[in-house]
Amino acid sequence: MALAVIDTARGSRRIAREARQAQAGHAPGPRNRGIFDPKLLRGALGPAVRKLDPRQMMRNPVMFVVEVTAALVTLIFVSDLVGLTSGAAREVGRAPAFEFQIALWLWFTVYFATYAEALAEARGKAQAATLRKTRSETPAHRRCEDGTFEDVGSSALRAGDVVVVRDGETIPGDGDVIEGVAYVNEAVITGESAPVLKEPGTDIRSSVTGGTTLTSDTLTISITANPGETFLDRMIALVEGAKRQRTPNEIALSILLSGLTIVFLLATATLRPFGLYAGAPLGIVVLVALLVCLIPTTIGGLLSAIGIAGMDRVARFNVLAMSGRAVEAAGDVDVILLDKTGTITFGNRLASRIVALPGVTEREALEAALLTSLEDETPEGRSVVELARKRLAEIASDGPGTKAATPAAVTTPAEAKVATVVPFSAESRTSGVILADGTVVLKGAVDAIVAALDVKAPPELQTLSDEISSLGATPLAIRRNGRPLGVIELKDTVKPGLKERFDELRRMGIRTVMVTGDNPLTARTIAQEAGVDDFMAQAKPEDKIARIRAEQADGHLVAMTGDGTNDAPAVAQADVGLAMNSGTSACKEAANMVDLDSDPTKLIEVIAIGKQLLITRGAITTFSIANDVAKYFAILPAMFVVAYPELNSLNVMGLARPESAILSAVIFNALIIIALVPLSLRGVAYRAAPAAELLRRNLLIYGVGGIIAPFLGIKAIDLLITAVHLA
Amino acid sequence: MEGKEVRFGPDTSGLFATVTTGTSTGAVDSMHDSFLPVGGLVPLFNMELGEITPGGVGAGLYGILVFAIIAVFIAGLMVGRTPEFLGKKIEAYEMKMAMLVVLSLAFSILFFSAVATATAAGKAGPLNGGPHGFSEILYAYSSQTGNNGSAFAGLTGNTLFYNLTGSFAMLLGRYAMIVPILAIAGSMAAKRRVAESLGTFPTTGPIWVGLLIGVIVIVGALTFFPALALGPIVDQLINNAGRLF
Repeated sequence: MALAVIDTARGSRRIAREARQAQAGHAPGPRNRGIFDPKLLRGALGPAVRKLDPRQMMRNPVMFVVEVTAALVTLIFVSDLVGLTSGAAREVGRAPAFEFQIALWLWFTVYFATYAEALAEARGKAQAATLRKTRSETPAHRRCEDGTFEDVGSSALRAGDVVVVRDGETIPGDGDVIEGVAYVNEAVITGESAPVLKEPGTDIRSSVTGGTTLTSDTLTISITANPGETFLDRMIALVEGAKRQRTPNEIALSILLSGLTIVFLLATATLRPFGLYAGAPLGIVVLVALLVCLIPTTIGGLLSAIGIAGMDRVARFNVLAMSGRAVEAAGDVDVILLDKTGTITFGNRLASRIVALPGVTEREALEAALLTSLEDETPEGRSVVELARKRLAEIASDGPGTKAATPAAVTTPAEAKVATVVPFSAESRTSGVILADGTVVLKGAVDAIVAALDVKAPPELQTLSDEISSLGATPLAIRRNGRPLGVIELKDTVKPGLKERFDELRRMGIRTVMVTGDNPLTARTIAQEAGVDDFMAQAKPEDKIARIRAEQADGHLVAMTGDGTNDAPAVAQADVGLAMNSGTSACKEAANMVDLDSDPTKLIEVIAIGKQLLITRGAITTFSIANDVAKYFAILPAMFVVAYPELNSLNVMGLARPESAILSAVIFNALIIIALVPLSLRGVAYRAAPAAELLRRNLLIYGVGGIIAPFLGIKAIDLLITAVHLA
Repeated sequence: MEGKEVRFGPDTSGLFATVTTGTSTGAVDSMHDSFLPVGGLVPLFNMELGEITPGGVGAGLYGILVFAIIAVFIAGLMVGRTPEFLGKKIEAYEMKMAMLVVLSLAFSILFFSAVATATAAGKAGPLNGGPHGFSEILYAYSSQTGNNGSAFAGLTGNTLFYNLTGSFAMLLGRYAMIVPILAIAGSMAAKRRVAESLGTFPTTGPIWVGLLIGVIVIVGALTFFPALALGPIVDQLINNAGRLF
């Protein structure tokens, strides 16, 4: 069985984050704790025992039945041992030694299930402990009504209070900046040690989180959350699993499992009168063994661990899901609304093309473009230099596409002779250089350049710049002295790798819709470049909600990301709303997930985690139920060996003795729970693929595998216990 | 040839028995009791699955739909979406009702058979002894629960005990199933239809057929496997060894 294959894209992302943290002199921390941390493994032993409390077990009907039967067999064992009771003459498996072993393995079955749950919780708690350290009481300077300040503890703060936080101090609670500009280190929340700029009234940058620290200046903050209700508090409660509620799908699955338990209870209970009719008295111990093997203990025992681990996986990915329901819903999503700027594109304009005007060689235009931007430290300027050097290198090595010369090696003869730098000014709307020989080389807004020309601008300049603007890009004209040379196209660029991600989503049956305020032409260009399925141009916030409602009316489940306050209604309307941590508190309140790293493309990973959670649950359910076939063949012939020895032809596994057959089935049933703990905590390997393909693959592994595995397992255990004379 | 349809021979007698119990027809042209035990196993098994084997004809349609819902629920999660069938989400309510149907079927057949094997009035019924007699009891309640109408023969059924328990089995077999199934229909009709996409669980094609059969066999048949093992299966095995009942 393939236990865990980490999705490669995700793996490399994690590596990237670790590298980033290492660079910042920052240990990877608890978010990357391994599944088999020995401390956690030991730590879960005790809580698992406490979970055996029948009052707690009641919530899990399948395991509760096992616990009751374990107690029952223990009682019978004790009573037979001291001679109070004894079996009927032809009863199979009525010997204290056998009863003891069955009782022991039944207790193990229950314990393995509670251990799995305790282990899943322990992993969440370990993460919460680190977070809790930041929640300790911090002093706050609260502004009184008369304008003076008083020092109080952070726990005394209420929503609406105004506090002042100075350089080096910890922000005492969640709030909005109302005055001041400062850098805040949010590493406790995001794991990102680079400080973030906070200022009032900026929608995105004005919200601060309690527990983060100021690394410069002073901020006046209006507190928005009462103690115990802050973001950090909720996060701790969630990762600890303290407030865990069963999700709708978990409840439905529990009903199925309870139903099956009752059906099999009926099948085994009626077997006693049937046996008596056939002259085969069946003891309770044997019937209990059959019952426990038939009821879906594997999934019953691992169900809550799978749910907790799913939430934990999302949290490790630095996304805070407000409920398990949200993670489940993410798996169902089939339409995603993504903002263009910042999500699909970088949001800043970079040079994509340098076009020479008629009568100018490309080389001439490129060299001029390079000169204008050599001293330009803006991202736009640097991108012009980069593009020009790349093209020049291609020209130098005779034709595009060859990578013979490195771009940096290409220098123009003029480069050394720069005399004066002409910086950009809002008035001139141009920038560039004046060379030692007095030559002026400038780039700038087309009309500003045209106005300074000695000659009449060629009509191509206008058509070119119109064409560029119509596609949503920005044209910059270049002139040397009075002569126009060419046009630079500055364009918003699509993030690399996104096209592949969208293809992947399409294979999963998920449609991507790009939302932008741009005109339809620009939107279409970017949409085509990014490979999204659809786009909404000139979209206003109301349009987003309308679109979400329309998609939902057609039966789609919609996910979207947002950060601004005007995104909040749409985020709330969406089935899965992922808010950026850098976003406003209104948006975060409306969302059912918050991304602490504020990376909107993470929505895609969250969907994959949601699907992985559901697949894990389905795979173990299928495996558990498929296991029943082999267990029947192990136990039934053994039960009736006295009354109907002919039934031994059903003993296809050739198990040694009736007792060893029954014991082997019970042991297999217990061990399979512990064997599947890593799978349920890590999740089944997930690949983006159409449903039919996933079904075929998983059905083969967990369905067919689930039928075959116990035949092999039970036979192996039978050989082993026969060899050591246990039964 | 005792008990077979003498005009057409044993082959068509077997075919008739299979068809009449696979569907909810119930007419007989031969005495199923006179078949080899394994021949009696087939009609028994057909009825215990809820008369769904040819894909669900007549009242069997709702039986196979319930199994389809359970199959979609168990395996549907494996495509990474919460389960849906015919464009509707399968949730806790549908699951509760579907399990009620499965439970009613199992309860009615197994409970009344257990009562019959444990009481003197019940034990007086079967003509034959041993596992064959047990098959006769099991058949009576399987047929009556399935509202099939066919009889195995061999069982003296016109007694107060069998008439009373049998009528309860018939009541349960019809209404304890139809009511939850109507509840599922109502709940599903009121639900928003989920749009189909590549991510939708496929409910056509060979994989789905294999899966559905697998779920029917594991959930449906394994419920009755212990009882069948004590009836027709061991009966046949003993027959093979040369002993008859």
